[in-house]
Amino acid sequence: MVEHEDAGQWPLWEVFTQSEQGAPHEHAGSLHASDAEQALQNARDVYARRGGVISLWVVPSVAITASTPGENGPFFDPGSDKAYRHPQFYKIPRGVRGV
Amino acid sequence: MTSPSVVPAPAEAPNALFEFLLRLGDDRLVLGSRLSEWCGHGPILEEDIALSNVSLDLLGQATMFLRLAGEVEGKGRDEDALAYWREVVDFRNCLLVELPKGDFGFTVVRQFLFDVHSVVLMDALSRSSNAEIAAIAAKSLKEVKYHVRHSGDWMLKLGDGTHESHRRAQKAVDDLWRFTPELFAADDIDRAMLAAGVAPDLSALKDQWLSLVRDVCERATLTTPHALPQPSVIRGGRTGAHTEHLGHMLAEFQIVARSHPGATW
Repeated sequence: MVEHEDAGQWPLWEVFTQSEQGAPHEHAGSLHASDAEQALQNARDVYARRGGVISLWVVPSVAITASTPGENGPFFDPGSDKAYRHPQFYKIPRGVRGV
Repeated sequence: MTSPSVVPAPAEAPNALFEFLLRLGDDRLVLGSRLSEWCGHGPILEEDIALSNVSLDLLGQATMFLRLAGEVEGKGRDEDALAYWREVVDFRNCLLVELPKGDFGFTVVRQFLFDVHSVVLMDALSRSSNAEIAAIAAKSLKEVKYHVRHSGDWMLKLGDGTHESHRRAQKAVDDLWRFTPELFAADDIDRAMLAAGVAPDLSALKDQWLSLVRDVCERATLTTPHALPQPSVIRGGRTGAHTEHLGHMLAEFQIVARSHPGATW
């Protein structure tokens, strides 16, 4: 079992669930577990128990690198005022799903 | 005048299939209740939810077996009547499942020993000549395969964990081992079920069970006694001779239904 620096706390894991074949895995929440197998089992019990899930991913939270909220302006804004960057001039063909 | 007998003769010959279904249902009803005592008291939130989920699965299986038992008996008793209105001597669960929940190590080891038994039993029962039992067993098998994955993982973590967790898990194995022969002690009911193709040969189940249990215990660095003790050492649950613990559990389990008969909400 992995010893963690936070006394008494097991490592944190992020849980992703997929609802149907071809659909993206979406972030469902987080939980504590001492290793990957236990994280999968806990994710099954906490997030998949009531059905609607066909696949689960668990990822150690420490493996995720996140953007900094304080730098949201410089980081995200430059893209939002240039309409030509967005593919909004195309008509999506009929029958295309999942877009 | 006949000589007095400790056990009074039954008023009528027991219905073997009814008795057999009570055993299946009561094992799961009692263990599900014991497990539910952890709800709100689990070592961490995630495990609290996991134990409660297993408990609910077992209560669901008990519901199906007891409902079928009531139909087979044909006296108008449904699963609720059997769960809430029988006395302790009428329960047919093995002694293993009625012991108090103990510490987390005891709960894990007891659960693991039972889960392995459930897997081999439900697998065999899914091929039962009784179609309804086969259907319940096939549904239950999916659930118990997950249960044993969960309890088996905890066996490895506790047995091969810290000095303290190993000590507690080993003590639980030592304390519980003598209660396991009852799971495989065949009596007239079991022999009748075997002859009818309803249930498997319990001695064959025992070999499967032992090898699966020993494999996990070995990997968990836990030692198991060389052989199972003689079944005559500790048994009685199948005929209603229970430990003192079951009555206390049933008192709490049954009081609401008995205080408010027929209540709905």
